[in-house]
Amino acid sequence: MTSNKQTNQEYKQFAKQRETKRPILKNCIRAFLVGGLICTFGQLISTFYIHFFHFTEQNVGNPTVATLIFFTMLLTGFGLYDKLAQFAGAGSAVPVTGFGNAVISAAIEHRAEGFVLGVGGNMFKLAGSVILFGVFSAFVIALIKTLLIQWGVL
Amino acid sequence: MMFFWAFVVGGLICVIGQLMFDILKLTPGHTLSILVVIGALLDGFGLYEPLIDFAGAGATVPITSFGNSLVHGAMQEADQHGLIGVVTGMFEMTSSGITSAIIFGMIGAILFKPKG
Repeated sequence: MTSNKQTNQEYKQFAKQRETKRPILKNCIRAFLVGGLICTFGQLISTFYIHFFHFTEQNVGNPTVATLIFFTMLLTGFGLYDKLAQFAGAGSAVPVTGFGNAVISAAIEHRAEGFVLGVGGNMFKLAGSVILFGVFSAFVIALIKTLLIQWGVL
Repeated sequence: MMFFWAFVVGGLICVIGQLMFDILKLTPGHTLSILVVIGALLDGFGLYEPLIDFAGAGATVPITSFGNSLVHGAMQEADQHGLIGVVTGMFEMTSSGITSAIIFGMIGAILFKPKG
């Protein structure tokens, strides 16, 4: 038994030594550049909607997000978003395009299983947790805030 | 100027995500879920709207804005209808993100073949 434990520990140490060190600074710079560029592109779309379709700065996020997800569909479909994600890490995952990519790539990938069980059943496989925790936390926060307002605390 | 701040703020939010990947060793699913909750919390304290005024798309494009607009829609409706508004208004402002993801997901599945 003891020798077994020892080899276990030895293996863990060995694995730790051999584990490739993540180049954190390089990853962060890449995430910053790509994420920043996606947001700048979003700003360009926002400016377009504000000037030509009379949105305001507060509600322009809505059509901007829809447009970005449209472009994500094209990039995902042609297999380019995966390559971008390999380069950019969180830079392509954190913007809303990453959410779109999670939904669209799951939809495309499971198409072979049919539209009902494959596409319909797996579409939110990856993005589901974002919706779940977003909606649930928003519900709790809005509930507390509304109650506090009604009780005259806020 | 708006473009500059959109780039910087959007980039910084992505760096936070990258640090959660690399240092805390979280999966993308965990990271994005936490960022959404952070966005919702920030709006709960009324801090996200100033960020949008300041950085424009730098604040509306990252996934944190999803949490923000969920709370925002719920609160807007709650002002008018009280508690039930929290439920009815939840997707008031995020409708486009979810709707377009579903629609373009379907169109993508029709148009494209899986790779690899």
